[in-house]
Amino acid sequence: MKKEITFKIGGQQGEGIDSTGEVLAVTLMQQGFEIASYKHFSSRIKGGHTYYHIRASHDKTHYWGDTTDILIALDQESYDHNISSMTPGGFVLMEGAEEKVEQKDGCTVIHVNFSKMAQDLGNKIIRNMVALGSAVYLMGLHYEIFKPLVEKKFLRKGQALVDLNINALKAGYEHIQKLDVKPFQVARPEPKNHALLAGNEAFAFGAIAAGCRFLSAYPITPASEIMEYMKANLPKVGGVAVQAEDELAGILMAIGAGFAGVRAMTSTSGPGLSLKTEAIGLAGMSETPVVIVNSQRGGPGTGLPTKYEQGDLNTMIYAGHGDIPRIVIAPSSVEECIQMAPLAFNLAERYQCPVIVAIDLILSLNKQTCADFNLANLEPIDRGKLLSDEELAKLQEFNFKRYRLTDDGISPRSMPGQPWGVHTANSNEHSETGHITEVPEIREAMMNKRMGKLKNFKMKGYEFVGGEERPVRTLFVGFGSTRGVLEEVVRDLKAEGEDVGLAIIKVIHPFQKEGLEELAKQAERIVVVENNWSGQMSGLLAKELQVGDKIETIRKFDGNPFTKADVMKQYQQLTKEVV
Amino acid sequence: MATMKDYKGDTATWCPGCGHFSVMAGIQRACIAMGLEPHEVAVVTGIGCSGKVSEYMRCYGFHTLHGRSLPVAQAVKLANRGLKVIAAGGDGDGYGIGAGHFTHACRRNVDITYVVMDNQIYGLTKGQTSPTSKQGFVSKTSPEGAGEREVKPLELALGSGASFVAQAFAGDIKKLSELIQKGMEHEGFALINVFSPCVTYNNTYNYFKQGVLVDLDQLEGYDPSDLAKAYATVAEHQGLVQGIVYKNDRPAYHTYLAGYPEEPIAFRSLEPDKAVLEELWQEFK
Repeated sequence: MKKEITFKIGGQQGEGIDSTGEVLAVTLMQQGFEIASYKHFSSRIKGGHTYYHIRASHDKTHYWGDTTDILIALDQESYDHNISSMTPGGFVLMEGAEEKVEQKDGCTVIHVNFSKMAQDLGNKIIRNMVALGSAVYLMGLHYEIFKPLVEKKFLRKGQALVDLNINALKAGYEHIQKLDVKPFQVARPEPKNHALLAGNEAFAFGAIAAGCRFLSAYPITPASEIMEYMKANLPKVGGVAVQAEDELAGILMAIGAGFAGVRAMTSTSGPGLSLKTEAIGLAGMSETPVVIVNSQRGGPGTGLPTKYEQGDLNTMIYAGHGDIPRIVIAPSSVEECIQMAPLAFNLAERYQCPVIVAIDLILSLNKQTCADFNLANLEPIDRGKLLSDEELAKLQEFNFKRYRLTDDGISPRSMPGQPWGVHTANSNEHSETGHITEVPEIREAMMNKRMGKLKNFKMKGYEFVGGEERPVRTLFVGFGSTRGVLEEVVRDLKAEGEDVGLAIIKVIHPFQKEGLEELAKQAERIVVVENNWSGQMSGLLAKELQVGDKIETIRKFDGNPFTKADVMKQYQQLTKEVV
Repeated sequence: MATMKDYKGDTATWCPGCGHFSVMAGIQRACIAMGLEPHEVAVVTGIGCSGKVSEYMRCYGFHTLHGRSLPVAQAVKLANRGLKVIAAGGDGDGYGIGAGHFTHACRRNVDITYVVMDNQIYGLTKGQTSPTSKQGFVSKTSPEGAGEREVKPLELALGSGASFVAQAFAGDIKKLSELIQKGMEHEGFALINVFSPCVTYNNTYNYFKQGVLVDLDQLEGYDPSDLAKAYATVAEHQGLVQGIVYKNDRPAYHTYLAGYPEEPIAFRSLEPDKAVLEELWQEFK
C-alpha cells in the first residue's frame, strides 16, 4: 500500500483547472492526508497552459514533489508539458474523442472522452468532475469521499447540482473500473483535525486573530488575496479594508490608521514595495507601527508577474533614504504565516517601527495542510508602550512628549482622541514634542534613539531542520518557501549518510546571529539555496557571519521554484568542484 | 471651552504677511466655533510652507510626506470616526505630486476636510512654477513662460466627485473661517481651496484685494446643489469665485462599509471574537 500519491491536472487557463485541483486537495485533506500543492499559471485570464499539482501523504510535507503518479491532461499541451515528470508506471487520463488504453512514455495512457460523458450527464461544465472520478479510482479510493465537499459547496444551490456532481464523479469512476487497469493502492490515513489553506489567506486570518483591524492595499499578483480576504472578513470583527488608489496610498493609509491607534497592515509585491519605499521611511521616522506583507515575485521592473523569485531581500532590508529601524521576518510555511502574524503586529507596536513580512509567490498561493487552529497557541497581543487616558492625565503635559528620550529609545505613545496626549507625529526631524528642529544635538539624540530601539533586539532567528540541532559538516541555508524542497533534500542526503542539516532563516533583519554563528563556524561548507540572481541571502550571511569563504550558493531565477532534482544536481556539481 | 490659546502650537516661522497665517487662524476659529477641544482634532499635512500648519497649530497632528496628506488623513478618520480630521497642504502638494490622491479622495468621499493653501508657486523651495501657476507664468523653472496649462482645482474636484467644493481668500478671514467650518460640518469630503498669497515669491494680495473674486452668495439665483451650474459658473469666471461652489449630500464612504462600528475602531478591544474566528477557520476545513 502506498502512503502517498501525487496528482496533476493540466489544461488551459479558464478551464476550471484551479477549482478542480482544489476539490481534490480539500477532499484528500478531509480524508486525513497531509497536502502540499503547487499551481503553475501565467499572466493572462484565459488560455495558456496551467496545472495544479497535489501531493497527498500520510506524513507532513511542505513540498509537492518532483513526480506525478496520476495526470489528467485536458489537452495535448498538458501531456507534452508534463509527461517527462511522470512516475514510471503512472497513469495519464487523456481527454480525447478516441477511447483506448495504451502504454506510452513509460505510463498507462487512458484516453477518455470526458466531454462527451459530461454532456451525456446533462452538462458539459462537469467534465472535470468526471475526470476526477476517474482519477480517484486510479488512486484506489472511492468517489464517495467527495460527498462532504460537494454538499458543502453546492447544497445551497439545490440538491440537483449536488446529484449532478456526484453522478459525474461516479460515471468517471465506473468508466475506469470497467477497463483492465490496475489502480494504485493508497492506504487511508488516520483521520486528522486539520485544515487546508494558502499563505495569503493564512497571514490574513492570523492578522485578524492578532487584532489587525485595518488593511489598505492595491491589487497586485501574488498578494491580492490578502486584500480580498480582508475585504470579506474584516467587517465581521468591526474592521475596515480599503482598496487604495495606488501602492503609495496602500501603505500611507495603513500608517494613518496606525498613528490613530489601530493595528494596520498593507500587502504588496516587489513593484509595490519599491513604490512604498518613501512611506516606509515615514513610518520609521514618525515611529508609527505598520505591517507590510511583501509577497515576492520575479523582478525587476514588472518582471515576471505570475512567477516566483526571492529577489526582494535587499530591498526589504535596505530600501529607503537615511537610516530607520525596521524588522524583516520570513515565515517558511503556511502554518507559520498564521503564527507569525501576531508576532509581526506585536513587534510593530513594541518597537514602533515598520515590520516587513517576507513571503513569496509559492507560499502565498499554494495550499498546505495546517494543524487545527488554536488561539491559545498564538502569541498574546502586546501593544507596547501605549498609554491609557489615566497615565496621560498624570503627566499633565500641554504638549505631550511623543518622542520622549528614554533608556530603551522607545517612547510611550498616545492615540488621537485621548486628552493629554496631544502631539504632532513627524516625518521631519523633530524634538521630543514632535516639532520640527534642525538643532544638531537634538538630531543626533533622535537618530540614536530611533536606531537604538533595535540595538538589543533578540529572538530566535532560525529553525534547524534535520534532527536535533547540532553542528553538521554541510549546513544548508534557505528561507521562505524553499523550506519544502530543502527539508527533503536534507532528509535524502542524510539517508545517504551525509552529515547535513538545514537552517531556515526566519528573522532576516536585524540579523540574529545567536546559534547560527556557531553552526556556521563549525560547518565545513555552507550551501545557501535561494531564488535570485545575485545570491542575496548568501551576501547577507557573508556580511553578518563573516563566513564568506565557506559559502556556496545554489541559485535559480527562471521564475519557477526548485525541484528536488534541481537542488541535487547543483549540489552534486558543487561537491565535484570541492573534490 | 477651548480658546485660541489652546490651539496655539509651535512658533510660526512663515514670512511676515504670509497668507498661511490667516488660513491657520481660519482652521482654529472653525474648531473653536464648533466647540472642539484640540484632542478631538487631527490635522494631517503634506510638505511645504503649508505643511507646517500641523506644527504651528496645537491639536493631534501628523506632518507626513510631500503630497501624501490625504491617504493618511482618510485612514485617521476611518480608524477614529470621533475625530474631526483636516488635511492641509499647498497647491504643489495637492495638485502636483499628490494629484492622484486628490482625485481619489474626492470620489471616495471620506468625511474629512481638505484645506489647500493655493499660492500658485513653490515657496519653500524658493519660487518655482507650480501646478496652479497660470500658463505663461515666468519663474526660474519656466524662464520662457510655463508651457503647461494650469490645473483648475475647482473643476478637477467637481469632475472627481467631491461632495463639497468651496473657495476662499486668505485676505477675508471671516468668510474663510465660515467656509472651513461648513466644510467640517459637511459629512463627506470637503475641499476648501484658499488663495493664500506668497508674499515673497508670488505676492497676489493686491490682485485679490481688488475684488476680482465673484462672491457666489451674492450671485443671483446661484444654487450650489446644481453641478452643471457650478461647472458653468466656475468656467465663466475663470475660477475666480469665492463661497460654496458645490455641495451635495451623497453618503460618505463609511456608510458603505459593512459592519463599520459606531464607536471609533481605535478605542475598541483587539481581543478577537472567538466565535467569529472559529467560523472563519471552518472555511478552511
